[in-house]
Order: sequence, then structure tokens, then C-alpha cells
Amino acid sequence: MDWHVHVRAQAGTFALEAELAGNARPVAIVGPNGSGKTTLLRVVAGAHPAAEGRIEVAGRVLFDASLGIDLPPERRRVGYVPQGHGLFPHMTAARNVAFGAGAGLGAGTGARAVRRRVAALLETVGCVRLADRRPGEISGGESQRVALARALAAAPDILLMDEPLSAMDALARRELRASLAQYLAEWRRPALVVTHDLLDLRALAPRRVYVLEDGAVVQSGPPGAVATRPRTPFVAAFFQSAASPA
Amino acid sequence: MLALLALPVVGLAAASSPSDMLAGVRDPLFAPALWLSTWTTVASLALVVAAGTPLAWWLAGASGAGARAAATLVDLPVVLPPAVLGIALLETFGRRGLLGPALEALNLGLPFTSGAVVLAQVVVSAPFYVQGAVAAFKSVDPDLLVVARTLGRGPAAVFFRVAVPLALPGLVAGASLAWARALGEFGATLLFAGNFPGATQTLPLAIYAALESSPRAATALALVLAAAGACLLLPLRVLPALLDRRQDGRLSPT
Repeated sequence: MDWHVHVRAQAGTFALEAELAGNARPVAIVGPNGSGKTTLLRVVAGAHPAAEGRIEVAGRVLFDASLGIDLPPERRRVGYVPQGHGLFPHMTAARNVAFGAGAGLGAGTGARAVRRRVAALLETVGCVRLADRRPGEISGGESQRVALARALAAAPDILLMDEPLSAMDALARRELRASLAQYLAEWRRPALVVTHDLLDLRALAPRRVYVLEDGAVVQSGPPGAVATRPRTPFVAAFFQSAASPA
Repeated sequence: MLALLALPVVGLAAASSPSDMLAGVRDPLFAPALWLSTWTTVASLALVVAAGTPLAWWLAGASGAGARAAATLVDLPVVLPPAVLGIALLETFGRRGLLGPALEALNLGLPFTSGAVVLAQVVVSAPFYVQGAVAAFKSVDPDLLVVARTLGRGPAAVFFRVAVPLALPGLVAGASLAWARALGEFGATLLFAGNFPGATQTLPLAIYAALESSPRAATALALVLAAAGACLLLPLRVLPALLDRRQDGRLSPT
């Protein structure tokens, strides 16, 4: 379950170059706004073109510029949960999850097997009672849980989550923070989680944290090590924000 | 302004009594024209939607110089007077036009046939559908399309299961406008297809023809056409709202 990402990408005049690696434990990406965190996730997902480099996840090469390999998103086996959660507004929660389950179970899977898997996943994230609701009718925390269930339904090799705890009220955030860390720990596969909150980072207990600034990794390592020896003013400020309310 | 918009409609309604209406409907010009208008506009709308939807999807996602040029080309028929389009169609598909001899050789002579009526309607109405469809596709959150791809669905499945359902209110609105424009098409049809009862004489052309023989019938025909337009305007306003409500909260931020 090892993965390795080394890419260079261009977004208008913005240039991104980053090298990250990890195993089955979550890795966190922090950085100021506009530092390229979302672009990095999109490059890994195959939604943004990379100019150079290589992306390898669980022994599969998703992208390699020198070999001319560039798998389309549908063949990358990545679970992408964007900042707005990306639920399809015209489908119920159950249908959203079923949309991913079809791929996770392989072609020709019966409707009953899909239903069972959808029910099991909604149960895992504690959202069974929301099965028939549409995304517009559920709260931010609930929609994030459903989005996670949907991403897991496709049985991805790596999970990409963009600010999974942003834009929700403090209570929902605290609840989801604890359960998200638990889901990821139980899932035992790689996860790349973008966050801008120290409490979220601590709950997640990532193996490593990568600090992205202006399109480049300025520091990386175990969270404790990065916190004690901050290399930039942003890193220092980030790890001092512990006292601030979530 | 509102008065100016409403007055002609009132005038039209006031000018014709129910008996006039009946006379208009019984006019020998009416039935063939109604039938021709119905099937040609349905055919042209089908062509516009079938060819215009993929074009709009591409235009909504593309940003290069080619896409900008294509978008300008799509807008062109809106700014060109229908009479100019009629001449342009003749110069292209006419007997002595650009493609005329080739079409003639294939026994596909277009000018002054029902096919010409459909072609004229397609050219004048396509921009209305394509513009509406581009705006509708652009309003779909691009993250949703990325997520759908990562969930193992190819571009075609994402298009039909995510993009089209979410863009549907805009697509319907664009299609209604295009249909209304095709139904009212006059200038390009007159020049390119002519005014032959049964073959190329659509309702607007029948009004024009009736105005010379029996002005009353012309008024009645106009009223029928106005009623058709009104019937179209209603779903145009109501249907997208209904569809919108069905997918309420499509861009809920949290």
C-alpha cells in the first residue's frame, strides 16, 4: 500500500512541484490559501494535467511522463472528496453511494449486491436514515459522511480529501473529526488529507505532514518533528494555533 | 415599454371574432401550413438538439482559440438578418450555389423543398439552443464531473448521468426558445425554400400569402400562431422552475 507522488504541474502562471510518499497511514497536507493543495490533489486524481513526474499507488503507475503513461481518472482508483463534498444533487444519498459502488463491485454486479453494499457503507458512516434524502436536505457533516461512503464504495487505492472538516459548525466538526480519524484508521489504506486546522491534524494523527507554500513543499516530516523545528513563519504560526478554537 | 409589448397582442385579439377564427381555421391554406410547420419544427428541433448538445458540451469545457472561434460562429445567425441567411443558404445549397451541383448530382436538390424549410429553421434556431445549453453546462459544478470520473465512470456515463440531468432546466429552456424561433421563421424560409402551399408554406408564410387574398384569414392565422407561442412560453417559464425545485440545493455550500 505504498504510494509515491513526484509531479510538476502548471495552472496558468502558477507552478507546482511536489514530492510526497507514504504508506497505508494518512498523510496530511497543510499550507496557506493558494499554495497549490487542491491542485496537487487534482493532479493525483487525474483532473489536472501534470507536466512531468510520476505517480505510483499500490504498485500501479497512474502517471509517468517519461513512459507516456497518464491514466484517466476512472482508471486511477482514487477516491476524491472535493471541498464542497461533490455529492450529486439530483440523486439521493443512497444513489450517490450506489454510483460509486457499481465501480467498486465490478461490472455485471447485481442490483441486490449493490444495495447491500450501499446499506453497509451508509451504516459505517452512521447515515442509514439519510438514504432517501437528497444532498440539499442534509447537513454539512452528514453530506461529508455520505461523500466519504461514496468514495469508499468504489474501493479506491488511495483517498484524496480536500478540507474534509471545513464549512461546518463547531459541534458537527468535533463529531466528524473524531469519526473521520477512526474511519481512516479502520480503512487501512493511504489517504491524502488537506487541512488548515491544527486540531484536525492532531485528530487525524498522520504519519507525515507536508507543508506546501507557493507550489512547493517547504517542510515535511512527522507532525511532532515539524512542530518543534518550524522552517518558515507559516509553519511556526500553524503549530502555534493550538489554543485557537476549532 | 410593457404597454408597447402588450398592445399589439391586444390589438390582434381584438381584430378577430370567433367566427373569423373559425373562418381562418377553415381556410384552405391553414391545415397544410399547420401540418408543415409542426413537422418541420419538430424535425429541426430534433436536429438542433442532437447536434447542438455535443457542441455545447464541448464549448462549455473548452477555452482555446478554436472554441472562441466556434462560439462566435454559433452567435453569427443571431446577428445576421434572416433575409441575409436566406441568400447565404441559396448561395451555398442553391442550384448554382457552392454545393448545389454536387447535391443535384446526388438527386438531393434542396431549394424550394420541405428539406430547405428544415435547414433554414435549423440555422436560425440552433444558436438559441446552443447558447442556452452552453450556459447550462457551465453552471454544473466541475468538481462533480471529476468526482464522477474518479468513481469509475467514463466520460460518456458522466455526461449522461451527471452533466445532462443537472443541466436539464437550461437545456429545456434553450430548446423551447429554439423551437419558438423555428416556428416563427419567415425570412430565410421565404428566400431559400419559397412559398409553396403544402411543400414550403409554413404558418408564417401562410399569413403572408393570406394577407393578399383574405386579410381576415391572415389575422386568424396570426392568432393561432400567437396562441402557439403563448403555450410555449408557459412551459418555458414553469418547467425549468419545476426541474430546479426537483434538484433543490444543487450547490449547497456545506
